[in-house]
Amino acid sequence: MSNGTLYDKVWDKHKVTELPNGQDQLFIGLHLVHEVTSPQAFGMLRERDLDVAYPDQTFATTDHIAPTEEKKRQRPLKDDQAEEMLTALETNTSDNGITFFGFESGKQGITHVVAPELGLSQPGMTVACGDSHTATHGAFGSIGVGIGTSQIRDVLATGCIAADKQKVRRINVEGELGEGVYAKDIILKIIQDLGVDGGVGHVYEYGGEAIEALDMEGRLAVCNMSIEGGARAGYINPDETTYDYLKGREYVPEGDEFEERKEYWESIKSDEDAEYDDVVTVDADGIDPLVTWGINPGQVIEISDTVPEPDDFEARTDREAAEQALEHMDIEPGQSMLGYDVDVAFLGTCTNGRVSDFEEAAKILEGNQVDEDVRALAVPGSESVRAECEARGLDEVFINAGFQWRRAGCSMCLAMNDDALEGDEVCASSSNRNFIGRQGSKDGRTVLMSPAMVAAAAVEGEVTDAREYLDDEPAGSASGVGEAAD
Amino acid sequence: MSGENHITEVGGTGVPIPGDDIDTDQILPARFMKEVTFDNMADYLFYDARRDDDGEFNDHPLNRFEGASIAVINSNFGCGSSREHAPQAMMRWGVDGIVGESYAEIFRDNCKSLGIPAVTTDHETVVELQEWIEANPDGEIDIDVENEEVTYGETTIDVDIDHAMKEALVEGIWDTTSLMYSNKSKVEATVDGLPYVEGDD
Repeated sequence: MSNGTLYDKVWDKHKVTELPNGQDQLFIGLHLVHEVTSPQAFGMLRERDLDVAYPDQTFATTDHIAPTEEKKRQRPLKDDQAEEMLTALETNTSDNGITFFGFESGKQGITHVVAPELGLSQPGMTVACGDSHTATHGAFGSIGVGIGTSQIRDVLATGCIAADKQKVRRINVEGELGEGVYAKDIILKIIQDLGVDGGVGHVYEYGGEAIEALDMEGRLAVCNMSIEGGARAGYINPDETTYDYLKGREYVPEGDEFEERKEYWESIKSDEDAEYDDVVTVDADGIDPLVTWGINPGQVIEISDTVPEPDDFEARTDREAAEQALEHMDIEPGQSMLGYDVDVAFLGTCTNGRVSDFEEAAKILEGNQVDEDVRALAVPGSESVRAECEARGLDEVFINAGFQWRRAGCSMCLAMNDDALEGDEVCASSSNRNFIGRQGSKDGRTVLMSPAMVAAAAVEGEVTDAREYLDDEPAGSASGVGEAAD
Repeated sequence: MSGENHITEVGGTGVPIPGDDIDTDQILPARFMKEVTFDNMADYLFYDARRDDDGEFNDHPLNRFEGASIAVINSNFGCGSSREHAPQAMMRWGVDGIVGESYAEIFRDNCKSLGIPAVTTDHETVVELQEWIEANPDGEIDIDVENEEVTYGETTIDVDIDHAMKEALVEGIWDTTSLMYSNKSKVEATVDGLPYVEGDD
């Protein structure tokens, strides 16, 4: 059993009592709400004539169904179902005194992009949201968990969830990342090493020099995909990087109060001699960019490697999954992912829809053109991200290169709006899931990668090593992938 | 949704849903979540997997084992998105209990919220049961939650069930809202110890 970790400390601070079923009742300090998984929960509250217990700890925005084309954001939305969901959220939040960041607020966006940038997510909190990517907030040193709708009802009505304490696995990510290799590559590497169900029953504590070197946006990307590794939560101990990021944000206290709050933040860090249930090391030194070749995020390779043979996998389950993946992706073992044809390039999401993601992609796109056969979408993770990118002139880079520059939302990550793959299109995507059908077409194919890799794929019309476009390397000149990394 | 129900045993005919890492996007594709209630979710269960290119029902097990109550699945079932729409769809289609190798955690929690027992056993036993269903589509399968057993035909197997899930179902306390609502004063005491929670508006 773990002892002295951030997880233990934050859990203990938020534990209300032990329930008769053996679970702990855990107070949730920040409840994030969106339009898709909450209307049924508010309905259940109405059925039982219950009020929202902690409206001041609850914040809502609209992301999953949000149209990303400017003209489609006029109300009422053309899509009747989307309009009904949005209206329900507006009514439910205003009836219950919950702050809602709508289209007109300038703060609308993906919950997991909005809450960090407003300073709502802070160290030492418990965060819950009816969305599995709630692990994202762990980047600040909090416990962020995705919950189902009945649990949303629980949080709305009681401020709490019933939960089992998990084991804590410390993941030391050692080494230094080369140019053109990012946080996204780290988390894909971790999932490659530990598997898509490796984290079941665990929370992941990420640490080590490669993690400490990341800025907050990189840390958010790592924690975001904890769930893709089967871990319901993942976190990073707070440090000066965390505090510097928080300072001055809208919901973060200032002056003496900030210093007081910081004492709390410091107090919940894992002890030097904390005990973990498990410690693993992941070597990220000099890794190449990673891309998925299959239909789950664990089916992933460094770009210099080739697609594995099903027989390369020890576990029967992995072999069967590989067979299915090869068929769906229409790809052969031994093949490189370099040169894999791409029809759509999608930049954005709660994983990679932040300013630095667009900055990195823009470096690749500057002076280049999107391949004429590629449909390319840049979808800021929030309206604040969009405004910041536009203030820096990044929108011009995207538009000049042939990208569509959109408004904020989840967009083509799960295609609950008009942004979707068609037929068996291949999408180079900065999102988090390559599941069959995820991007809106059951025959659609998703290749997960970093934003820079998406930009390079957009330009070439095929999966490309983005490092060929960085620094002084003239486009297309790098022959060996390994060389380009140096 | 009542907290009064004790769920000690569920039974009926079975439906095998073979495959590992079946994610909730497959169970309930996102485009069908644009409804403000769960009422119609049964219609969308495994929507894409159950249909051929012309939109007609194919030979997916859910099409062949209509009326089944016990789903038999493999490992890491329900991974990915937290959407409760997935187990809601299964429940509304008719699934009262699940036997399988393993579940993703949020999916299992959602099953608990809905009062659906989700029990586990090893790979070989699951495959045998799946094959038995194929051979005995009208055969009864019984999940005894209290005694942690599954019976089908002449066979009884030992299964595992998450402790909290078992307690919740057997004691009829799986409605966690009711359970926690009565602890209001303890919640207030917890809140008092948190420096970041205090009417900051």
